[in-house]
Amino acid sequence: MTRLIGAGSLLLALGVAIYGALALMLGARRRHAGLLRSGQVAVYAVWALATAATLAMVYALVAHDFSVKYVAMVGSRATPLFYTVISLWGALEGSILFWIFVLTSLAALVTYQNRAREGLLVPYAGGVLMLISIFFLILLVGPANPFSAVFPVPPDGPGPNPLLQNHPLMAVHPPLLYLGYVGMSVPFAFAIGAVLSGDIDNDGWIRITRRWTLTAWMFLAAAIIAGMWWSYEVLGWGGYWAWDPVENASFIPWLTATAFLHSVMVQERRGLLKLWNLNLIVSTFALTILGTFLTRSGVLSSVHAFSEGPIGRYFLAFIAIVLIASFALVAGNSERLRPTGSLDTAVSRETVFLLNNLFLSAFTVTVLVGTLFPLVAEAIRGVKVSVGEPFFNRMTLPICAMLLFLMGVGPALPWRVASRDVVRRQLLPPAIAGVVALVLSLLAGVRSPYGLAAFMFGGFALAANVREFIDGALARRRAHGESPPVALARLVGANRRRYGGYLAHLGVLTVTLGIGASAMFRTEREATLRKGEVIEVGKFTVRFDEVTYREEPQRGVLAAWVTVLKGGREVGRMEPRMNFYPTSDQPVPTPAVRSRAAGDLYINLQAFEQDGSTATLRVIVEPLVPWIWIGGMIVCLGALVSLGGGKREPALAAARVRAVPPVRPTPVGLEEPAR
Amino acid sequence: MNWKRATTAVAMAIPVIGILAFGLTRDPKAIVSPLPGKPAPSFALSVFAPGEGATALNVGDTVRLADHAGQVVVLNFWASWCLQCRDEHRDLSATATEYFDKGVRFYGLLYNDQESFGLRWIQEMGGQTYPSLLDPRTRTAIDYGLYGVPETFFVSRDGRVAYKHIGPISQRQLSQKLDSLLRDGAGAP
Repeated sequence: MTRLIGAGSLLLALGVAIYGALALMLGARRRHAGLLRSGQVAVYAVWALATAATLAMVYALVAHDFSVKYVAMVGSRATPLFYTVISLWGALEGSILFWIFVLTSLAALVTYQNRAREGLLVPYAGGVLMLISIFFLILLVGPANPFSAVFPVPPDGPGPNPLLQNHPLMAVHPPLLYLGYVGMSVPFAFAIGAVLSGDIDNDGWIRITRRWTLTAWMFLAAAIIAGMWWSYEVLGWGGYWAWDPVENASFIPWLTATAFLHSVMVQERRGLLKLWNLNLIVSTFALTILGTFLTRSGVLSSVHAFSEGPIGRYFLAFIAIVLIASFALVAGNSERLRPTGSLDTAVSRETVFLLNNLFLSAFTVTVLVGTLFPLVAEAIRGVKVSVGEPFFNRMTLPICAMLLFLMGVGPALPWRVASRDVVRRQLLPPAIAGVVALVLSLLAGVRSPYGLAAFMFGGFALAANVREFIDGALARRRAHGESPPVALARLVGANRRRYGGYLAHLGVLTVTLGIGASAMFRTEREATLRKGEVIEVGKFTVRFDEVTYREEPQRGVLAAWVTVLKGGREVGRMEPRMNFYPTSDQPVPTPAVRSRAAGDLYINLQAFEQDGSTATLRVIVEPLVPWIWIGGMIVCLGALVSLGGGKREPALAAARVRAVPPVRPTPVGLEEPAR
Repeated sequence: MNWKRATTAVAMAIPVIGILAFGLTRDPKAIVSPLPGKPAPSFALSVFAPGEGATALNVGDTVRLADHAGQVVVLNFWASWCLQCRDEHRDLSATATEYFDKGVRFYGLLYNDQESFGLRWIQEMGGQTYPSLLDPRTRTAIDYGLYGVPETFFVSRDGRVAYKHIGPISQRQLSQKLDSLLRDGAGAP
């Protein structure tokens, strides 16, 4: 019954999606109101059907209905309910089902949000979203059907991949990633919709696109950080980023989206970079599909031996269609995307944005080339090569340093023209902060040139961005006599988009600080200890007490109990573990992490003697690691603040930027027009 | 629409697609195993499913790999919860019968499963022509470096692991490997 509902809904959804795509595309072409209305209804219907199928799958998982193929693949009676539910995205078929659920939900949402909007932009965009849905529905009805029948029905299943049921972050990382990945379909749909509707010079599409890119970008940022956190908490190597192909796959579209979020301001304010922005949007979407292809087809070897199957070919065909159709459309219409402004001087905010895009593009290309190089090398020379951390670190660190520098310069410079006087006044205090940061990091013992550059430019950018808040609040205080906290809150509230951006900068700087400190000041020791013996790492003394074993319903837990001492005083007990899952012979290491603002104490159980007499422990002291996660949250908070912007408050903005003549009637910092 | 520019854009996309298409031709299942060529890890395991006809053993009998010196042995790890094992089941059974007279012995090894589930599975799948063994605490699976189920190991007449196959195996693949193993070792005792 569940199978019937699920499979039936998907099949029906495919039919309705095909109708919806045709109705919206043809309706828009012929300007046929009836077709357009029915197409709109189809978008909602596809969403309802996809939701029904997803719920049917959740029900089948919870009910342990092993006659459903996906449940037989990832379900198990012993798995706790929580992990049973989230195993919805624990393997290939379920993750594609979840994908279509998110995609159709977003399609229904944008259709509803823009239902009153005139013109052909929304119908075309809806049509594009339906076309994308058709692809994923074909996968679900065909090669990746999660509802296939299993007969005879197995009495029990193997349970989810042990790595995926070992940490609650698995409930967070994949949905965020899908929201980010799938979310990029919306800006893509509106970009293509704008080209198809011929309405490309109307700025309506760029506003919708910007908001949705920012939304998806925020989720993607959160997903990347959550993925780093998961890897840190589960994999037991004490690191959080390894330039693994699948990590890169999520990072590359984030970079192009970041570039777009900056360069779109140049288009909105100065009428430049229109074609470039369109290309960034199309590339971002294509890169999300490429990322999915890399994760799902097993083309590149990776720690995410997630799943593989016959769907690689389908994805390849889809990527080919997306690349060929969208780039042909954009290139073919490029003549209509003439700049309506020009660059005035070399020293201005728009120049900084240009450089920012240049470096972000270089970053993108570097990571993309590094990721795909093993394939290229094998295709051309027939040799297997692997591109590892040294390549990525060496290539990307200089780019990161430049981006940090620009992050400080951008907010300080005005649009159009910056006189020498303004440049000096604006850049001198941050520059002093940069020098101070450099001296401090030298004193702290940093010697690597990139580390020094990162801390120096980081200090510079930090000062420049913090200064924006302080100066703005002071100006308000002078003008309105508000108390400092009120002035700060109103400043941000009235210029949400601008200060949300600065807040995101502060978040990125926090992440940089955490990564820099934990990479440079990490202390690590490994030792085999007998009961009562200690190992000293940094300020900590770790004493091995005993090994215990206990059975939990879905796994066996082998724990090495240790006592942590600091300065001779006991500060706590920790329990690095190995979890044994019945369907895997390899134990899943589960490090114990003690997090404090100053950093983490990270203990992993590497090995143990059968009789419990000795344990091999790897103890790592990593300063400031928690600030990576906190910084990620600040980035998302910044994006949320930016997204909340919509209303104008002109009086304030005029007071804020008197020095700069506005190009358009919109005052600086209030780029977000009411929709 | 400027078709010249559009064509240029398409021409630039083609190499990317080509590289990805090449990627698909590679076998993601090619997991490096140090085992082929090495002596097959020995085992002594008890029969829980007897098999059928000439190949049948008694439930509770102990099967030792060492007793099969000079014979080609096929070891197939399977489980009742393993969906892909269903795909290869019929082919394995048929091939086991076909090659019995040529001295090839097939054994199933139940992996991380309950004996009763295994027996029920065999019954529901329409029988298994060769005996299946219990592998308590998956010791043998660990010795063979099992990555998942199904996996099939071919042990040559001199007791070495000749091939390892990951994923469901077909009758054609089985015959190919067995024929070549029987040919290679034709002169051996």
